[in-house]
Amino acid sequence: MNETLPQHNIFKVIGASSLGTLIEWYDFYIFGSLAVIIGHQLFPEDAGASALINTLAIFAAGFIVRPFGALVFGRLGDLIGRKYTFLLTLVLMGGSTFLIGLIPSYKTIGYAAPILVLILRLIQGLALGGEYGGAATYVAEHAPKNRRGFFTSWIQTTATLGLFLSLGIIVITKNILGAETFGDWGWRIPFLLSIVLVGVSIYIRMKMHESPLFSKLKSEGKVSKNPLKESFNNKANFKMVLLALFGATMGQGVIWYTGQFYAQSFLENTCKLDFNDSRYILLWGIAFATPFFVVFGAWSDKVGRKWIMLTGMLLGIIFYRPIYQTFLNDTSEEKFAKNDLVSKLQGSAILTPIPNTNDTLRIVETKFSFKDGSGYTKVTTDTVSLSKVFLHGNDVLKSKILPQSIFWKFVGLVFFQILLVTMVYGPIAAFLVELFPTKIRYTSMSLPYHIGNGVFGGLVPFIATLIASFSGSTPLSGLWYPIGIAALSLVIGTVYLSNKRDENIND
Amino acid sequence: MNALKKFLGLVWMILGPVAMTFLFIQAIDKVSLAHTEVERTNTLLQWAIILFIFFPISLGLMIFGFYAWKGEYENLENSQKV
Repeated sequence: MNETLPQHNIFKVIGASSLGTLIEWYDFYIFGSLAVIIGHQLFPEDAGASALINTLAIFAAGFIVRPFGALVFGRLGDLIGRKYTFLLTLVLMGGSTFLIGLIPSYKTIGYAAPILVLILRLIQGLALGGEYGGAATYVAEHAPKNRRGFFTSWIQTTATLGLFLSLGIIVITKNILGAETFGDWGWRIPFLLSIVLVGVSIYIRMKMHESPLFSKLKSEGKVSKNPLKESFNNKANFKMVLLALFGATMGQGVIWYTGQFYAQSFLENTCKLDFNDSRYILLWGIAFATPFFVVFGAWSDKVGRKWIMLTGMLLGIIFYRPIYQTFLNDTSEEKFAKNDLVSKLQGSAILTPIPNTNDTLRIVETKFSFKDGSGYTKVTTDTVSLSKVFLHGNDVLKSKILPQSIFWKFVGLVFFQILLVTMVYGPIAAFLVELFPTKIRYTSMSLPYHIGNGVFGGLVPFIATLIASFSGSTPLSGLWYPIGIAALSLVIGTVYLSNKRDENIND
Repeated sequence: MNALKKFLGLVWMILGPVAMTFLFIQAIDKVSLAHTEVERTNTLLQWAIILFIFFPISLGLMIFGFYAWKGEYENLENSQKV
């Protein structure tokens, strides 16, 4: 049935599915992209680094519940159909995102602020857990058997494009409002804007038809009575769920989130790059690399899915540490000091009394600009005692602006990481769809996908930041988490996965 | 290849509990290093989340290892789907 669908109709199916999925990813990622600002809004001002870690924990909570969303909505998708299930997930996601934009800050409602955000974040995670499996299954069940990798790879671009859209809207909003207003209330705009995008997507999705394979199954009365039981209580199917998780999605998840999330978090929080610079680097990297999702998806139709995905993991294992070491080296103070200084502007000192002591903190910011266009702000913090004795603290560099040559070098390094993402992620929807039968496909493929991506992948920024905060660790220590997980998945995938494509998914 | 699959099955069966024990020891260590009450609560929360998530996954890895050891993943080249 699906093989006779005209090409323009398939692209209509892809367009309608992808738009909704893209918006769900947008909704999901604006939270991560604004973690630092949200941390300041939701937690006490003196919470410092713990505010960031707690916000990342709330962010991670959204990922952790994704497998549960996969179970709840996957079951629904196998019972009532793909179309209505992923309409429901879209409404839940859009509503939660909009409400996050309305939540008052910690100053106004105290700890109710982070609790409310956590609840909405959990709903977002549940919705996303149901969305992806539905969209991928829906497109695959419309696609011709020899081009399933190509057609499903369009769905795969949506996660990256959703991130692109979220970063783009954040940068534009911030540039229009200015940094101070954006930090104060402007950060809410990207959340509130979601309601418009979701409205458009719901309208488009309402016009879609049910998947032809599911409709056929339904008309023949062969729909699963209990998809959860058939997926996970049946050894023959459950062993494939485990194989998909440990041999593919687990490694794929950490490669995805290292390249597209940890890279930006590292550039902003560890290398102390300027807010815009760190996002522009990622935006360019994504823009150049996104077409490769389709390239690798299509290529997997010819050579199989396995080796493309595993090569992406292998390259990540080999190159992550050298890449992140280069980030550190090229943003060090020594590197900047080699340039010709053009100006040095010292701001006025800010004096803050230290509670319960007679001492005062004296903070001075000095802006350095160099001939090649680069610059940074040096923050000097001294403790001044009553007897006017100065205790000099460590100087901190922030808001670093890179020279053009280094900026584009970083774009290249981020591009390479996202290229690896396209290798592991481009073919995976087709790979998962082909692994499971139609009547329990939504449930069976959603769970390993969301444990791999939501848990292993989604926790990359959280766990890597946590590892890097241990005493004795280096800024690169956090990378051992994605490298270790990718290595484990590479070994399991190499030994156990088959490279054979299952052309018949009408079962 | 089938012998390797079986042998590695034993490795995965062992790796599951080893990973959980490692995480548990790390959790105790990091919580005990916290200086203030707030810090302790934060660290405890973070590690509780990690342990809660990775416990069922470690169990899954053990089951995967058990299936591999029993030869459930032999001859997948011929037909991967159930």
